[in-house]
Amino acid sequence: MKNFDYVRPATISDAVAAASESGAAYLAAGTNLLDLMKGGIAGPSRLVDVTRLPGLDRIEHLADGGIRIGALVRNADLAHDPDFARACPAVVEALLSGASAQLRNAATVGGNLLQRTRCGYFYDPASACNKRQPGAGCDARDGENRLHAILGWSNACIATHPSDFCVPLVALDAVVEIEGKTGRREVALEALHRLPGDTPERDSVLDPGDLIVALRLPGEARTFSAHARYLKIRERTSFAFAVVSAAAALRIEQGTIRDARLALGGVAAKPWRARAAEKILAGARPDRAAFRRAAETALADAKPSGDNQFKIELAQRILVRALSLAAAGTPARMPALPASPFSSQIRSFA
Amino acid sequence: MNLSISLTVNGVRRDVELADPRVTLLDLLRERLQLTGTKKGCDRGQCGACTVLVDGRRINSCLALAASHDGADIVTIEGIARGEELHPIQAAFIAHDGMQCGFCTPGQIMSAIGLIGEGQAGDDPERVREGMSGNLCRCGAYSGITDAVLEAQKSLVKTDQGRAA
Repeated sequence: MKNFDYVRPATISDAVAAASESGAAYLAAGTNLLDLMKGGIAGPSRLVDVTRLPGLDRIEHLADGGIRIGALVRNADLAHDPDFARACPAVVEALLSGASAQLRNAATVGGNLLQRTRCGYFYDPASACNKRQPGAGCDARDGENRLHAILGWSNACIATHPSDFCVPLVALDAVVEIEGKTGRREVALEALHRLPGDTPERDSVLDPGDLIVALRLPGEARTFSAHARYLKIRERTSFAFAVVSAAAALRIEQGTIRDARLALGGVAAKPWRARAAEKILAGARPDRAAFRRAAETALADAKPSGDNQFKIELAQRILVRALSLAAAGTPARMPALPASPFSSQIRSFA
Repeated sequence: MNLSISLTVNGVRRDVELADPRVTLLDLLRERLQLTGTKKGCDRGQCGACTVLVDGRRINSCLALAASHDGADIVTIEGIARGEELHPIQAAFIAHDGMQCGFCTPGQIMSAIGLIGEGQAGDDPERVREGMSGNLCRCGAYSGITDAVLEAQKSLVKTDQGRAA
């Protein structure tokens, strides 16, 4: 690991000043950053430890029904907050399906949003990667690419954003609050992450020194709480990234879908909101035919970036399944295997 | 650049000078404090062999920068028995053959203590397996591990009720 200066500022403005210099990076839990530094993929010259900054570790329920989550709230603490779980069950299901219990105990909300969009070639210094070294080329294009992007990719980069948490968040119109050199601003989570284009080295729209201080869900998010699920296909039962995943949230009145929110994970360099598919569901009856139409619309622009044609059909099926489960109702208790379409519980056929 | 930090490790205050800030909590425990019960497996947060409790919560010590944990309260595998009396989870791992080679065992046991403290798994083996998925066992002793955690949880809950009564 390359050596670095370690600083631990006491205020947000000191942190922003310290991180604005070239080569600096913020450190929260470090569960992604230290891993990248050990692999020689990241080599910041200065780490600005934000873990002691005051006031960023609170979950606030706002007067308008919205929820404001400090950037330093740990993933596990958010997932196990009963009020948050009642308001946003699909977000909790996504959180609990991500990483392992040890990582969720450490990882912060802000860090989860800013974990690198990545693939195995990004992690391998011997491979060409435009994200790691702009202009170097992309070995993933002719390599092992069955898990790579099917939406929004470019010839420069076909990596996917690995966060589960971000998928229902983007469906529910989450907003991030950012403190930067020029003061505070807000960015819709949907606009935080960038598609690769010709500059895959930039994962997000943040500038040097920008610090995410909070994540906010609007009051409307909780109106979907009775019909909200997150579903995730993995290559093993637990502690694995999504091959594809889907968040589905419905507001159903008198047997009709009044409003639908859909997003996909594991398919692109950002959490992928499926707005056209949402429009198809508004006013429809919650049945399989409508769900299939919505799923086809959501993946209409998908194209394989390698040996991953199967992900296009798989994403549609996981979306139909997530919609069916959401329509059936949010379970009263979190499933034993959050977000899993499988269960080892033996069904009774009596 | 020298950094001074102090930690409470297994109930004892330890002051440590770090020659540079790259030291992980795992390397500090093993190399500076000679607490080698905590194991270095993958060193990348994937295997769980380095699991310790920090302020009562289980984390991967390999992905924790020591400097960032200045002031923290750490419990490692060396700190859970009372003299010769094993922690109930240690005893349950022996009773249920929850190991073969033993390399992952300190991490498994610290993770199990964390899991039971979190109170999310109850007596459901599927929830226990899910809750322990951050700890890999290459020998494949998972069945014994799950049984050990379930039994230890039962005895610990009973003890708590006994204390409350």
